[in-house]
Amino acid sequence: MVKSSEGASGLKSVPALLHRNANEFGSAPAYREKEFGIWQSWTWAETLEEVEALALGLIDLGVQPGDHIAVIGRNRPYLYWSMMSAQMAGAIPVPLYQDAAAEEMAYTLDHSGARFVIAGDQEQVDKVIEVQGQLPDFEQMIYLDPRGLRKYDHAKLHQYSHVQDAGRTKRDELAPEMAKRIAALDYDSTCVMLYTSGTTGKPKGVVLSNRNVIETSKSSSEFDGLRQSDDILAYLPMAWVGDFIFSVGQALWSGFCTNCPESADTMHVDLREIGPTYYFAPPRVFEGQLTNVMIRMEDAGAFKQRMFHYFMAHARKVGPAILDGKSVGFMDRMKYALGELMVYGPLKNTLGFSRVRVGYTAGEAIGPEIFDFYRSLGINLKQLYGQTEATVFITAQPDGEVRSDTVGVKCPGVELKIEPNGEVFYRSPGVFVEYYKNAESTADTKDPEGWVATGDAGFIEEDSGHLRIIDRAKDVGQMASGALFAPKYVENKLKFFPNILEAVVFGNGRDECTAFINIDLTAVGNWAERNNIAYASYQELAGHPQVLTTITEHVEEVNRSVAEDEMLSGCQVHRFVVLHKELDADDGELTRTRKVRRRIIEEKYGDIITALYDGSQEISTTTEVTYEDGRKGSISATLEIRAAVTSAVAQKMAAE
Amino acid sequence: MLDQTEGYTTADGRKIGGVVMEMKNITLRFGGVEAIKDISFDIREGEIRAIIGPNGAGKSSMLNVISGFYVPQEGQVYYKGAPRPPMKPFEVARQGIARTFQNIALFEGMTVLDNVMTGRLTHMKTGLWGQAIWKGKAEAEETANREIAEKIIDFLEIQAIRKTPVARLPYGLKKRVELARALAAEPSLLLLDEPMAGMNVEEKEDMSRFILDVNDEFGTTIALIEHDMGVVMDLSDRVVVMDYGKKIGDGTPDDVRNNQDVIDAYLGVSHD
Repeated sequence: MVKSSEGASGLKSVPALLHRNANEFGSAPAYREKEFGIWQSWTWAETLEEVEALALGLIDLGVQPGDHIAVIGRNRPYLYWSMMSAQMAGAIPVPLYQDAAAEEMAYTLDHSGARFVIAGDQEQVDKVIEVQGQLPDFEQMIYLDPRGLRKYDHAKLHQYSHVQDAGRTKRDELAPEMAKRIAALDYDSTCVMLYTSGTTGKPKGVVLSNRNVIETSKSSSEFDGLRQSDDILAYLPMAWVGDFIFSVGQALWSGFCTNCPESADTMHVDLREIGPTYYFAPPRVFEGQLTNVMIRMEDAGAFKQRMFHYFMAHARKVGPAILDGKSVGFMDRMKYALGELMVYGPLKNTLGFSRVRVGYTAGEAIGPEIFDFYRSLGINLKQLYGQTEATVFITAQPDGEVRSDTVGVKCPGVELKIEPNGEVFYRSPGVFVEYYKNAESTADTKDPEGWVATGDAGFIEEDSGHLRIIDRAKDVGQMASGALFAPKYVENKLKFFPNILEAVVFGNGRDECTAFINIDLTAVGNWAERNNIAYASYQELAGHPQVLTTITEHVEEVNRSVAEDEMLSGCQVHRFVVLHKELDADDGELTRTRKVRRRIIEEKYGDIITALYDGSQEISTTTEVTYEDGRKGSISATLEIRAAVTSAVAQKMAAE
Repeated sequence: MLDQTEGYTTADGRKIGGVVMEMKNITLRFGGVEAIKDISFDIREGEIRAIIGPNGAGKSSMLNVISGFYVPQEGQVYYKGAPRPPMKPFEVARQGIARTFQNIALFEGMTVLDNVMTGRLTHMKTGLWGQAIWKGKAEAEETANREIAEKIIDFLEIQAIRKTPVARLPYGLKKRVELARALAAEPSLLLLDEPMAGMNVEEKEDMSRFILDVNDEFGTTIALIEHDMGVVMDLSDRVVVMDYGKKIGDGTPDDVRNNQDVIDAYLGVSHD
């Protein structure tokens, strides 16, 4: 373990960092939130006061050192403060996914043994009340937004501001106790517990120490030169490790400002108003934004369309090179500057990316075309590779060495090794302490020397030192012919088309590959509108013959591109079906971070997969769906199965 | 003088105060047609009062009498204890009564925010010149009113469409914007004319929640007309049932549900 900078200037815990920030840049903005149409802001000094008031209030309510405090709600400054207050009271914050159904929440709440819950609003309070019978450890709940809660029984319920008021009143009495608890925090005490999204099985509680969080925040902030004056937009789930590191770890280490959107729906407007300098988004968000841009350009006038396409073609040619600081001819530079004035600048402004200095995408592979689109506009979008167990950072792309097919070089302090079966292992100061109440899984994942299995298959490029990830190690398989089967590789190519939202490719151990496809309602709906095609539902649009024809064309184009890669040419999609419903986390088909859960989809849609392989022309099926409030229903549909033309496998293979 | 003190407590424990508005022996005629025949009932402070009835029962006419738009030929309307004289719509608004319409009546070309701000007009004091010069008092007044409008936008969760012209919104959202505009007037009595008409189940659930929250949060007295019986029974504290211009029932949802006249009016009865 690297311990070099441990204890440097005594910054061994989050509360210690907060104190430093309040002292050193007390009047600089620490948190902003848009509310009532205006950006409300709090300086570091004000933040410290708010956090301390709540911490005192928590101690007053009976929080003991070592307690778990669940935090549930959308990104709001108050909830970030809740996590810090919990730490000041000696407790451990456990942020949970706010869109989880009550039953899912019951598991994590029970497993963590949380005595206290801090909930954002009535919706979250209701969920906890619904399952409180299953929670033997649960005692008290604090809520932020009092709306609709007036009539509730307040025996176990407290309003956030009232807890703070109680803390302020009893400051003199309780401050020594709080100081004692803060002083007791060191590098080895637990900073936070985060639940994995649970791609397989039940979520696991990943325990991260102050060492994990602070060391990682420090080295990653230095890696990208993050500054006190930076701005980020906090809109990704608070329960996700990335958000904790960006909005708490790095924000506290670097002292930059965390901005919270007004609501989930206004995220794009808020993004544009804030213009973050440091921005993170999963590929899905970048895809969505690109789709929107393309749709809106389709609706633009002929002149604007021509100008857009002309300059975008130029940007694709020289944009990435200019961003990487490579030599580009004078005329090309002039033309790019003109394009900046006419197209790129306004476009970046619309997207909210005008000020982005460091942008990251991770979580899933991003389509090269999507990646290049943003790079060519001059947005420094990079990839990183990480996971909860590593406190995010395993590899990241340094400026100037950015490519769409790698995930970058190892981060400072990280060691990498590749096992013979291709699985990537790492060891770093960020390696998690343990899975909570699960010694068995901890031992399976982390060996005694501290090496952790990523579960991903990949290799390190010899000349550049960059890591390339092929797929999930357990998803990579073989076709019946012995050819390599890497579903995600094909799915990512399919998902590049704006019309395709999600794709799942099957074929492990089979003769040929088949696929499920979800259309993107925004893109396809817009197309239908422009072509006067009426539809009453998602299902009807998804089954429209013209839509199927368009999707067939997309699949065939992907097949041509897949065929060019010798190693993976066996993965061409022969037959596919456009699903009648969107794959949804509420139905367990995606994780809360929206990754495909293959096993569950294979089980649930077994009949459709059978039909894909037995030569049927259509399949009638009934699917159970879960509504947001947890009720269940079902939808029936008859789906048409389409065949796609596959391209000849690369010449060399045929000659062998 | 009317009794203003006596109240009651609802099943969910809310305290309902004295009478805010009382209809006494109201009869409304259009030429030879009697739309409302000798109806009396009251609306108490803090309650959700529903008026239901089959098509053509005279519900909307009744609401228009309450709002002061129609003046009944017979009977008297008492508001806050005093008989109410015939008055102009803006005078009604100043008295603290706001309403929404069955067929949405928003300013289609204006943004949601501007529409909500129009609800604040009765609270603005600066004159034409003050507004035109836009310094000092007028500016401060607009800021204060904008804050109230924004709180209502936040309350009804329509932040994302704040700057969207109303014409571009779907029906369900327009209904919500209309409610926002009515709320912006900070009414003491809110009249809702079929707030759920033409909505799907999800929109109805949202709207029901907003109506309950408005009543709960601001203590606003609400009188509503609604077709959807399920909604009415869930929402209201007391229900007036009308049929052919006559009152055939008045009481809690349970009373009304078990009233034989009401069942007959809704299910039909054979005349033999």
